[in-house]
Amino acid sequence: MNPVVLVGVGGMLGALSRYFVGQRVSGDGRGTLAVNVLGSLFLGALTASFTPNASLLMLFGTGFCGAFTTFSSFAFETVRLYERGKRRKAINNATINLVGALLAVAVGGFVVTVISP
Amino acid sequence: MSVQKSHALKRFEPILLIAVGGFVGAILRSAVSDALPGAFPWGTLAVNVTGSFALGVLLYEAHLADMLAPETRLVVGTGFLSSFTTYSTFAVQTSQLSPMVAVLNIGANYVLGFLAVLLGRRIVGGVVS
Repeated sequence: MNPVVLVGVGGMLGALSRYFVGQRVSGDGRGTLAVNVLGSLFLGALTASFTPNASLLMLFGTGFCGAFTTFSSFAFETVRLYERGKRRKAINNATINLVGALLAVAVGGFVVTVISP
Repeated sequence: MSVQKSHALKRFEPILLIAVGGFVGAILRSAVSDALPGAFPWGTLAVNVTGSFALGVLLYEAHLADMLAPETRLVVGTGFLSSFTTYSTFAVQTSQLSPMVAVLNIGANYVLGFLAVLLGRRIVGGVVS
């Protein structure tokens, strides 16, 4: 299948999934944090798998995980928190997204290497 | 009957708008990454900074001027820009870099991303006032 279509379809599903998570998770930047950590877990697992299939990487990696997680909303929400005087919350948000996502990448990769034969 | 039909369409509309935006955003992100190869993840940095700037313009416009339709914000913001920018790829790429370059990558994405949002706000403020 055409890689452009695979990336597009993955992106479509990722964006919709993010929207649905955002509707169910409320609070300052909580929805964004949830998708960023969860998506990093998926992508960490996918990139660590020993049999990376190009089509799967396009659909689920570049497409789905790339679109499911987001930097622009994260940056906007962090700046908004800061300028509304919630400086500690802003710094926490910036830190927890980073630590959470990096840990999730490591955990996803670890799980795959353990369970793969 | 017709009332029910329009209600169903109303509920389906945001889904359609986000689907279209997400589709295009992911393809463009992929194209930018392909256009900026190299050891350092320039492509992800480029989409994250430009996307943060554009979302800053879009959302501060909502605060300051509020002339755009909610549908526009949905298709451009939640659909396109949030799909165009990415955190998972940024995290995976960071974990694959040497510690020194990883810190540089985090710093570049964070500092430039936040500054881009603020630049978006400034531009909207200048246009509005």
